[in-house]
Amino acid sequence: MKRALLIALCLLALPAAAAAAPTHPAPQTTVNAIEAEVMCPICGTLLELAESPQARREKVFVAKLVAAGKSKAEVKDALVAQYGPSVLALPKASGFDLSAYLVPILAIAIAVVVLAFSVLRWRRSGRDNEPSAADAAADAPQGEDAERLEADLSRYDL
Amino acid sequence: MSARSLLAFLAVLAVVGLLAFGLLNKGATKIAVGEAVPDKVLPALPGPGHGSIAKYRGKWVLVNLWASWCIPCRQEAPVLQRFYERNKAHNTTVVGINVQDNEDDARAFLREHPTGYPQLRSIGNERSAAFGSTGVPENFLVEPDGDLALIWRGPVDDQFLRERVTPLIEG
Repeated sequence: MKRALLIALCLLALPAAAAAAPTHPAPQTTVNAIEAEVMCPICGTLLELAESPQARREKVFVAKLVAAGKSKAEVKDALVAQYGPSVLALPKASGFDLSAYLVPILAIAIAVVVLAFSVLRWRRSGRDNEPSAADAAADAPQGEDAERLEADLSRYDL
Repeated sequence: MSARSLLAFLAVLAVVGLLAFGLLNKGATKIAVGEAVPDKVLPALPGPGHGSIAKYRGKWVLVNLWASWCIPCRQEAPVLQRFYERNKAHNTTVVGINVQDNEDDARAFLREHPTGYPQLRSIGNERSAAFGSTGVPENFLVEPDGDLALIWRGPVDDQFLRERVTPLIEG
């Protein structure tokens, strides 16, 4: 009887023990992956390369969020909320930094225009070099050569 | 001038123009004594609510930019607290602005170094940039009308406050 009571108590205690156990959410990203993509705003370098006091605190902040199971995007959002947008390794979309976005677009546009002009010129020069009907007639074999060509062609005619 | 030369000239001109624009825009904000203090409504630390320097118009305000990871800021906090206690009855206050920090660390700093004067929090380096700041701590004395009376890019101690700040406040 005592034994049965003990087993029943153990069974009852099991779910409570499971609930009380600390839960460790599985990390969705790594500290290294984050540190390679965000800045130390004070140092102006990637966080992974920075060793300033501010960078050390930022690394602790990242490590806490990673350990809490936050995704890379969530960690980055939290970093922006705390340290501002300069924490992302992205240039600002204003002032001089805007050129980082505009210059590649301009370069591609210029490349497309140059390529289009080159193709047009190439096609035009190709057309100019094409032989005319008169040139073709002048180049055609005459007399004996023409007869021999006809004979050869009819021999291989399938 | 051929079309190709013109194109090359325009490309060089564009690059030079871009560099010149960059040099003109990259310079840090310059503030000077006699100018209006840069101000903005900011969240209070530890909160709730908001505050600004303008809220203390009519008083002398010693604005202190600080961060929890800054070692000189730890040494400076009790100095500023003593200055505040000595002068709060004389139309003077201190306003701390936490910059380039995360909020949890800033709160922990204030638990460790409690201050009786108001504290505000700036996200990232937004306020540092407005003050043309190059680091922390930095201190700015603001006249009752809102103009800058003193700019001190570094920590302050009792002697500095006694010799440089108090005479300005006492006129």
